[in-house]
Amino acid sequence: MFVAEIIGTVVATEKDPNLLGITLLIVQPLDEERLPKGSPIVAADTVGIGVGELGLCTGGREAAMALPKPFVPVDCAVVGIVDNLDVEREKIS
Amino acid sequence: MMLGKVIGTVNSTLKHEALKGSTLLLVQPLSEALAFKGVPFVAVDTVQAGVGATVLVGREGGSARMAMGNDQAPVHAAIFGIVDFVKDQKIK
Repeated sequence: MFVAEIIGTVVATEKDPNLLGITLLIVQPLDEERLPKGSPIVAADTVGIGVGELGLCTGGREAAMALPKPFVPVDCAVVGIVDNLDVEREKIS
Repeated sequence: MMLGKVIGTVNSTLKHEALKGSTLLLVQPLSEALAFKGVPFVAVDTVQAGVGATVLVGREGGSARMAMGNDQAPVHAAIFGIVDFVKDQKIK
């Protein structure tokens, strides 16, 4: 699971029937300093997150489990809206 | 499974049903020499690990769901234990 910034949306009318009704977002994975890390990917939205917000994303098989139908061709899903990402430097030096 | 150090917390009130009530921690993967190696990721805490703790963490959905006790949870990483010793090297 990782924290990512929502940077855009994807609209696809011709797609796998299982993907109907699922909002597709473009997410940019971030590191602990909220700096972009790695390339943006497309994720399914399950919490009604907006562009510009910080989302908690799950990858792999579990992403499909976040959606109403279990067998959906999705490998990344936004499962939470991050209110606060807090790194406590003094405790880990 | 791998060694990790808890470096922070992630708060999310609006989240998936199955994640309600679970604590989300930011984990920095460690090498066997306990040096920071790799990009931090988010894991569900099942052992009440605090920030700064060296932990045993798994980055695979099946075991993470088992640790959470909910096989429908969209969870891909979970903390399974708090580490005291690594190769007779005491963990401060």
